[in-house]
Amino acid sequence: MKPAPDKPRVRPFRVLPGFRLTLGFTLIYLSLLVLIPLSTVVLQSMNMSWDTFWGLVLDKRVMAAYRVSFLTSLLAALVNVVFGFLTAWVLVRYSFPGKRLINGIIDLPFALPTAVAGISLTAIYAENGWMGQWLYALGIPSAYSVLGITIALIFIGLPFVVRTVQPVLEHWDVDVEEAAAILGARRFQTFRRVVLPQLLPAIMTGFTLAFARGIGEYGSVIFISGNMPYKTEIAPLLMMTKLEQFDYAGATAIALMMLIIAFILLVIMNAIQWRYTRRFGSL
Amino acid sequence: MYPTPPDSVTLTAAPAPVPNTKQSNHSGHAVTTESLRVQHILIGIVLLFITLVLLLPLVSIFVQAFKRGADVFVAALTDPDAWSAIRLTLLTALVVVPLNALFGVAAAWCITKFTFRGKQLLISLIDVPFSVSPVIAGFVFVLLFGAHGWFGTWLSEQGISIIFSWPGIILGTLFVTFPFVARELIPLMQSQGIQEEEAAITLGANGWKLFWRVALPNMKWGLLYGIVICNARAMGEFGAVSVVSGHIRGETNTMPLHIEILYNEYQFSAAFAVATLLVLVACATLILQHWFDLLRQRQQQDAR
Repeated sequence: MKPAPDKPRVRPFRVLPGFRLTLGFTLIYLSLLVLIPLSTVVLQSMNMSWDTFWGLVLDKRVMAAYRVSFLTSLLAALVNVVFGFLTAWVLVRYSFPGKRLINGIIDLPFALPTAVAGISLTAIYAENGWMGQWLYALGIPSAYSVLGITIALIFIGLPFVVRTVQPVLEHWDVDVEEAAAILGARRFQTFRRVVLPQLLPAIMTGFTLAFARGIGEYGSVIFISGNMPYKTEIAPLLMMTKLEQFDYAGATAIALMMLIIAFILLVIMNAIQWRYTRRFGSL
Repeated sequence: MYPTPPDSVTLTAAPAPVPNTKQSNHSGHAVTTESLRVQHILIGIVLLFITLVLLLPLVSIFVQAFKRGADVFVAALTDPDAWSAIRLTLLTALVVVPLNALFGVAAAWCITKFTFRGKQLLISLIDVPFSVSPVIAGFVFVLLFGAHGWFGTWLSEQGISIIFSWPGIILGTLFVTFPFVARELIPLMQSQGIQEEEAAITLGANGWKLFWRVALPNMKWGLLYGIVICNARAMGEFGAVSVVSGHIRGETNTMPLHIEILYNEYQFSAAFAVATLLVLVACATLILQHWFDLLRQRQQQDAR
């Protein structure tokens, strides 16, 4: 491996103009639009007594909603790790007809409005839909069920995994694989012992991104989920329900828990990236 | 919006993407690739998966939209409520995209051209809206400006309504689409370094000249890339807008909210008809992104 190029030096005085202007604007805009509004959730929950807060957080229906959100996001992210990795691998390594179209369409879930994705998936997986009619015939209720939520989250999360793994594979040095092969490793051994460990940080980042997005996802899920309390009600929807009933305390409690989960996931992701950049430097 | 690859947070100049130069070697070296049979099986699995997960929903929207014939389709799009939803959606995008683009340029400039303490924290904070549920994004503005919110009483005394009105919709959309342009520009400008800008300053250019003649041309393809995805997300935002809009027909309905109402009223074909417009926006976005990406790569190769 080549030595990492020198990092730009810290400059005692700045040659380029606009530092104070742009940093000031960035900080003000960020604070006004994101940080101050988000802090209201924290401040609002401080108005509640400890008992009220925990009562709202540990409410049975709320816990059931967390469980549904958590399990479906986890399942969808796992599916996306497997198929997203495979997709990235095939797109970088092999050539086949239609490859450019596939590569272009991977970003569709980013560009397509979530509500549109939601009604489309519901039409496909409902009892009379293209996929639904087969699945229902097999006794699998694909819409208005936990499976339906998972299907929507697979759609939403796929590009996160593909687009994190793909660039790492593109900059990948095939020499190490050659070396492994020359040293007598079979192809699968090379893959498992050489390729996979190096790609693991990217895969884990993709997984975390897809998982985090899944927990907060609203638009694509609510149409296909059926929204039955205790069964197929996701946490963001329960928040919405409480808001419509002007139960601000209940909504605040759910929002705060979801923010804490998002924060933990963000910390995990930064930790992965930090370790990764330390180990592999300028890969 | 690509999730940035883990290495892009470093300050070292990232290698310019020279896609697939090694690809031609793969077929030649049997030891570093799989047997043809395995390749075919894997390609088959991916094609099936992508068809099922991505292509099928896309095709389904058009089929559903024309299920009841072209008349219903046209009627759904010429409906006055649909038109007011389209107008509000366009207005929202028109306000949100320039503001977030301006922020993206400012944030990318100070992050990539200067060193300062807390830079890593700033980068993480910019990403925050990505990991916050859109429902929470709407909720925070209800807490601030709603009837029972912190400034609720004061606002109603002044006769200003933000929640259940278009300013709330714009605020929610601003929050949700906040990082897109910045996230595109930061890795790009990091890889470009600061030599060109320093040279321009040394040769006597002032700040504005530097921006228009050097910085903007260098960042333009990345900026446009970020702008189109920011626009697509602004027009399609649902969760945040749903919380703050109040769903007043013909007044505070954006296109996604209009689709939801039609769908819940069992006017499926009409709902899908309005949805086709947003699908066209999404497809145009993907095509433009691909094109801007090619131009960006070409520019980077020319710079070498």
